[in-house]
Amino acid sequence: MLSVKHLIDTTSLTEDDIYQILDTARAFEDVNNRAIKKVPALRGRTIVNLFLEPSTRTKSSFELAEKRLSADSLSMGGATSSVVKGESLADTIQTIDAMNVDMFVCRAKLAGTPQKITEHTDAIVINAGDGKHQHPTQAMLDLYTIRKHFGHLDGLKVAIVGDLSHSRVCGSLVPALKTVGAEVTLVGPPTFQVDDPDYYGVPQTADFDSVIPEMDVVYMLRVQLERMEGASIPSRREYNRLWGLDMSRVDRMKPNAIICHPGPMNRGMEINADVADCARSRILTQVNAGVLTRMAEMYLLLGGENNGISA
Amino acid sequence: MAFLLKGAHVVDPQVGLDGFRDVLIEGDRIAAVSEALEAPEGATVVDAHDKYLVPGLVDMHVHFRDPGFEYKETIETGSAAAVHGGFTDVATMPNTDPVTDTGAEIRYQIERGNACGLCHVRPIGAMTRGEKGESLAEIGDMAYAGAAAFSDDGHGVQSAGMMRTCMEYIAQFDRVALAHCEIESLSGHGVINEGRASTRLGMFGWPALAEELEIYRDIELVRLTKCPLHICHISTRKGLDLVRAAKADGLPVTCEVTPHHLFLCEDDITDTYDTNLKMNPPLRTADDAAALREGVLDGSVDCIVTDHAPHAPHEKDCEWEISFFGIVGLETSLPLMVQNLVATGKMSWARLVEVMAVNPRRLLRLEPVTVAEGSVADLTLIDPAKSVEITPDYLQSRSKNSAWLGKTLTGVATDVFVGGKRTLADGVVCPQS
Repeated sequence: MLSVKHLIDTTSLTEDDIYQILDTARAFEDVNNRAIKKVPALRGRTIVNLFLEPSTRTKSSFELAEKRLSADSLSMGGATSSVVKGESLADTIQTIDAMNVDMFVCRAKLAGTPQKITEHTDAIVINAGDGKHQHPTQAMLDLYTIRKHFGHLDGLKVAIVGDLSHSRVCGSLVPALKTVGAEVTLVGPPTFQVDDPDYYGVPQTADFDSVIPEMDVVYMLRVQLERMEGASIPSRREYNRLWGLDMSRVDRMKPNAIICHPGPMNRGMEINADVADCARSRILTQVNAGVLTRMAEMYLLLGGENNGISA
Repeated sequence: MAFLLKGAHVVDPQVGLDGFRDVLIEGDRIAAVSEALEAPEGATVVDAHDKYLVPGLVDMHVHFRDPGFEYKETIETGSAAAVHGGFTDVATMPNTDPVTDTGAEIRYQIERGNACGLCHVRPIGAMTRGEKGESLAEIGDMAYAGAAAFSDDGHGVQSAGMMRTCMEYIAQFDRVALAHCEIESLSGHGVINEGRASTRLGMFGWPALAEELEIYRDIELVRLTKCPLHICHISTRKGLDLVRAAKADGLPVTCEVTPHHLFLCEDDITDTYDTNLKMNPPLRTADDAAALREGVLDGSVDCIVTDHAPHAPHEKDCEWEISFFGIVGLETSLPLMVQNLVATGKMSWARLVEVMAVNPRRLLRLEPVTVAEGSVADLTLIDPAKSVEITPDYLQSRSKNSAWLGKTLTGVATDVFVGGKRTLADGVVCPQS
C-alpha cells in the first residue's frame, strides 16, 4: 500500500512509496515480456483518462497500461471535450463521477487541476502532468530507467538540463531524486532557470560544460517551444551550441553515464540526432518503463492485492 | 431622531480624546460629548459600555462592480457589507463597465449610494479614458461631480509619460492620484509571487520588482509634478522603504496596505491551490508581511484598505491560473486589525483610528469627522470582545470569496451611525430605502 490516496505530486511520496512502485513495475516487466501481456488485476475497474491538453505518448502509455491490467477505460479530452466548450472543471468531474468511475488520469494545462479534481470526486486521481507544476508518473519511469542501468539510485549524480522553468518534468523529478538520495544539478540558460532553486535545495548553473564530466545521468529536457513567452533565448542554433547535447559533450561524459529525455525531442536543438540514437541513450527504455510504472501505480492505488501479477 | 450613546470608550486622536464619554447625536450632527449626559425626550439610548466609539471608519479602496458586474456586487449589497464591517465611508474604484471616467458615472454612484443610505459612497474616477492608459479622462468633470480621487486601479499606467500627464493634470484639483503599481512587462502572466511559491506550485511568478520599480517611478514623478501620490495596496518591504524615503524627503507620498498582505503570506498557499488566496498584487513573503505590519505601527503606512474584490463562485471555484484576482474584505478588515494588532498590545486604538478613519478621510479630501460637538455624526461603535464566525451567511456582500471563511474573528462593529442615522444596530444592517 502506498502512503497516499492519489498520485498528485512526488513531493508527497515517501522513499518506501517510490520503491514499492519501482519493485511492482519490475514484476510487470515479466508480464510485458510474455506473448500474452495481460493480467486480470483490475478487471471490472473503470478508469477515465481525462486529457485536457494534447498528449500522445503519455496518453497511449496509460491506455496500454490499463488494457494490460484488464481495466475498463475511457479516454476523453482534446477538441471534443466539454471543457473546450466552456464547461467548468467541477461540472465535468461531477458529470463523469455520476457514472461511477474508480479512477481519473488527468493531463491539464493548468497547475493544480488534479488536486481540484479530488475535491469533486471520491475516485482516485493520477496526475498525468499539470501545467508547469508536476508530472509524477514521468518521474517514476525515469527512476525505473536509471535504476535499471545502475542497479541503485542513491548517490548518483544527475544533471537536469534545459528549459527548467517551464518544466513539470523537472518539478517532479527533482523531489523524487532527492527522496532516493541522488544528487541533482540544474543546468539551463539564465532565462530558463527556476525562480527559487533553494526550494529544491539543489545547485543551479548555466555552465553545462563544467558539469558534464561529473554526472552519471544527463537528463535533457524538451525545450517547450509552444510555451515560450517572448524571446527567452536568441535562436535554436545558439541554444544548441550552449546547452544542446552533441557528441563532443557526450565524449566527455563518465564511461558508464547515460542520457535520458522525456520526449518528444527537438532533434538538433536540445539533443543532436546522433546522440539521441547512441549507445548511452536510454530514451526508448524510458518509454518502455512508462507502461510498467503506470501499471504499477494504478495497481497499487486501486488496492490490487497480489491477484494477477503472478497469474 | 436622537441617540444617546452611554458610557463608550471614545478614541479620537484628532481631539486628543481617549476616555469614557456619553455622546448625544441629534439630526445629522453630534450635539454633545460629555462625561455624563441625560437623554433628551424621545432619544434612543444605546448602552455603549465596554465598547469603543470612534470616528466612522473609511475604506478608501473597494470594488462595488456597479454598473456592469451586478452579479458580483451592487452599490446596495456593497454598502450593506461596508456598514456590517463598521465602515461609514467607502471609496469605489472605477473599473466598472463602463469604466467610471466621466462625471455622469460619478453622479450615478453617488446617487445610488445616497438612495441606499447605508453609508457614504465616494467614487474614484479613472485617470485615463477607459483605464486604457492612453489618454486623459475627463478629470475636471469628475472632480466637479464629486470624485474623491483618481486612479486606474487594476492596472498600472504603463507609460511614464502618460502617468506624468495624469499627475500634472490631477494636481490642479486638490485630489490625490492613487497608483496601482505594476509594470506589466515584468509581471507578465504572473499569478503568484515569484520565488518560493511560484517554484513550489509551478506557475508563472509576479515579481516584487514589477511593483517596486513603478513605485520608484511614480515617486520621482511627484518631484516633477508636485501631485500628491498614494500607493495602492503596497505589498513588499522594499516598496514600503521607497515610500518611507519619499516621506523623509518631504514629498506628498502616502500608502495603504490590505489586511491580507499584513496577515497572510505566500506560505499560506498550499497545494490545494485555494483561489481565495489569489490576489493582485500577490501574497508576498513572510518577511514582507512582517515589514508591512511594522510599517503600520511606525507610521509609514497611512491607511488600511480592503481592496474588497467580489467575484462570483464560478470565477473562483476553478483552477488557480484562470481564477480571478482578489477577495472580499469589508467584513473582516476591522476584526483582523483588532484581534491581531490592537488586542495583542502592539497597536493603540488611537493608531487604529488614524489608519482606518482619519488618514483615509484626509486623503479623499472629505470633511473631517471628530467625536466632538458640531461634527457630522458618522460614527462606529466597536465591541472588542465580540466574536463572529465568518460564513457565507454572515457576509452581507453578494460574493463570498473571503480568505477567512470558517474562521472566528474577534472585535467587530456593533453599531454604525451615518449622518446621524443608525444603519447598523447591534450587528444587524438596517435598510434605509
